[in-house]
Amino acid sequence: MTINGWLQILFFLVLVFLVTKPMGVFMTRVFNREKTFMDPVLRPIERLLYRVTGVDEDHEMRWTEYAIAMLLFSLVSMIVLYLMQRLQAYLPFNPQKFGAVNPAHVAFNTAASFTTNTNWQAYSGENTMSYFTQMAGLAYHNFVSAAVGIALAIAFIRGIARRQMQTIGNFWVDLVRGSLWVLLPFCIVGALVLVSQGVVQNLRPYDTAKLVEPMQVPKVADGKPVVDAQGKPVMDTVTDQTIAQGPAASQEIIKEFGTNGGGFFNANSAHPFENPTPLSNLIEIVAIFAIGAGLTYTLGRMTGSQAHGWAVWSAMAILFLVGVTAAYWAEARGNPLLAGTNQHATALQAGGNMEGKEVRFGIANSALFATVTTDASCGAINGWHDSYTPLGGMIPLVNIMLSEVIFGGVGAGMYGMLIYIVLAVFIAGLMVGRTPEYLGKKIEAYDVKMAMLVVLVFPLVILAFTAVSSVHGFGTAGILNPGPHGLSEMLYAFTSGAGNNGSAFGGLTVNTPWYDTTLGITMLAGRFLMIIPMLAIAGNLAGKKYVPPSLGTFPVTTPLFTLLLIGVILIVGALTFFPALSLGPILEHLLMVAGKTF
Amino acid sequence: MKKNLITAILMTVATTILLGIIYPLVVTGLAQLIFPRQANGQLIQKDGKVIGSSIIAQGFSKPGYFHPRPSFGGNGYDPTNTNGSQLGPTNQKLIDRVKGDVANAQAENPSSPVPIDLVTGSGSGLDPHITPASAEFQLPRVAKERGTTVEQLRALVQKHTEGRQLGFLGEARVNVLELNLDLDQQFPGNKQAEIH
Repeated sequence: MTINGWLQILFFLVLVFLVTKPMGVFMTRVFNREKTFMDPVLRPIERLLYRVTGVDEDHEMRWTEYAIAMLLFSLVSMIVLYLMQRLQAYLPFNPQKFGAVNPAHVAFNTAASFTTNTNWQAYSGENTMSYFTQMAGLAYHNFVSAAVGIALAIAFIRGIARRQMQTIGNFWVDLVRGSLWVLLPFCIVGALVLVSQGVVQNLRPYDTAKLVEPMQVPKVADGKPVVDAQGKPVMDTVTDQTIAQGPAASQEIIKEFGTNGGGFFNANSAHPFENPTPLSNLIEIVAIFAIGAGLTYTLGRMTGSQAHGWAVWSAMAILFLVGVTAAYWAEARGNPLLAGTNQHATALQAGGNMEGKEVRFGIANSALFATVTTDASCGAINGWHDSYTPLGGMIPLVNIMLSEVIFGGVGAGMYGMLIYIVLAVFIAGLMVGRTPEYLGKKIEAYDVKMAMLVVLVFPLVILAFTAVSSVHGFGTAGILNPGPHGLSEMLYAFTSGAGNNGSAFGGLTVNTPWYDTTLGITMLAGRFLMIIPMLAIAGNLAGKKYVPPSLGTFPVTTPLFTLLLIGVILIVGALTFFPALSLGPILEHLLMVAGKTF
Repeated sequence: MKKNLITAILMTVATTILLGIIYPLVVTGLAQLIFPRQANGQLIQKDGKVIGSSIIAQGFSKPGYFHPRPSFGGNGYDPTNTNGSQLGPTNQKLIDRVKGDVANAQAENPSSPVPIDLVTGSGSGLDPHITPASAEFQLPRVAKERGTTVEQLRALVQKHTEGRQLGFLGEARVNVLELNLDLDQQFPGNKQAEIH
């Protein structure tokens, strides 16, 4: 670890702190339908959208209607994305003449993945998707799945803030205002800033470059290396390099800002065309946290308890710092099994475990990116988590297992955190023997039952599918790295799916019927089976009377509350997943230190 | 329910046109106008032909060139198959691969340990950079092949070394393709016939 590395990490956290209030205030105004400086441009577009789609913007929805509208929109847009992939050969903007996305289970998996804000990728963008599918299918879902997430968080916050009301807002209005006001303007500016750093943005066919030095590569026929009579591989001479192009920047910025994470190219933000410089890297990670951080301020503002918003922010910041410290430490130490290499940090190199990482980011920015992308449900990567050291790779995994509430996915992080808050005040209430209250609302049996449903669905799908995969050939066949690391690969896949993260231990071969289908189901369950109980709590809270705080009320604005919240998050996460972690990354770490390989 | 279904269908169509088509086309137009070189991949041309991108690695294996990091996407340095090795830290294949690469690298510089980035695959398989340490490691070999001195060559490496952005962001790095192209210009040496 270096001083410069820490300087960058702390600088990043300061930037997140600085964007929290402006983002939070702005989102409050947008969703309270107050005036903003963008209204002259956006309000006409908004009105036009309502007219075309038949939305009555003054209609208020109960939680059930809100949920149904959200589900219908997700279903319709998911079907459209599936069809778009299958029919892309007949659609425009396809200079590479890519055929349909095949087989069907890959297209299903991708449709589920992008609709649920997961952006798990069973395909490689640069050799599968047309520019049209990338723009109108994948980047489009980056926008709306993020807007849906924000809408849900706002609906939950309204549930807390409203008193004796049956409604929590209008889904369509929240969707449109989130897309137009919160996401779109920032993305236009942000995309252009990324282009200035070198992120590509064009519609041209792939370029062919004449290599400066032709390369010798093993000749392959029918997927097998060709060998001569002596059994030596036959070599081919490669003289050209095909440089994949495309409208990457417009997708790149919403990929981060909407915590989606699906790369335009397979290598995601490790690709020089997606993340060319340390500055583009910084913009991308700040964009990942911006909305999640802002929503803590919105929570405080809408519920009239700004100190509570900051108490939640602090819990998130502390958990972030713990994670990034552990990941940075583990990666900077390097891999003791690689003899004859220099892994020390010096003035001339960052050192550490550089397998799967880029030189321009080194160790500090790679560990930081891996922590941020999994604290939030983003899933973009700037280096492959599969090649991280066992403990360095465990941090992203644990972050997702904690339900990605550390600033969190846009909206999803906030409503995930609110579930933990409900549990925290419930536990605090039990300890003093009073009915728990949260910001003037009594937390009763119904709310706690729904919160527990959310907390239980998540590990259930992860552990059940991982267990089945680990004892059947169709599961273990996909493993690239044997030993405990193989279990980590499967565990990471289902955790990432259920958490709607989308990052992977990429060695696992997942474009098989088993993984595509089960991960598709996992992603849908991880999104919608959590949203529905969450909305039920919101609807129930909205209907309750306001109870003024009394001496016996557990205050949710103090450092004690922050600590209790962190405690609940860690205990729920650790108790559930510790056995699986000890058989995967923890065991691998101990064996690595002992010099064992697989 | 029925009204919301119709709205869902219409909303999908309307927002797809706005966010999925108009938005990326507007950004493309602006990007092509303001940053045409960056938006098109910073292509390098020679005699009217594209010979690479400034920020995409190419493979170099001749001793007279600086070598990039190993690549594990497709056949190597393949922008249509970007990937890393995905090998885990305790995988014997990783240990063996690095051992082989270390032995090869140390054949030219036996006493010193190899900078880690030179024997580990990058995330993209297209990492255009090596660390200054890796450039320094290769200096004696390239200088000898090019018939020049280590000092003269070091100055050229420094010319292609980028420091931390804004003084503190990221890591210092050497652009291998640009360095090698400049190398052909500045120190064609006795290798010119073979190279071209």
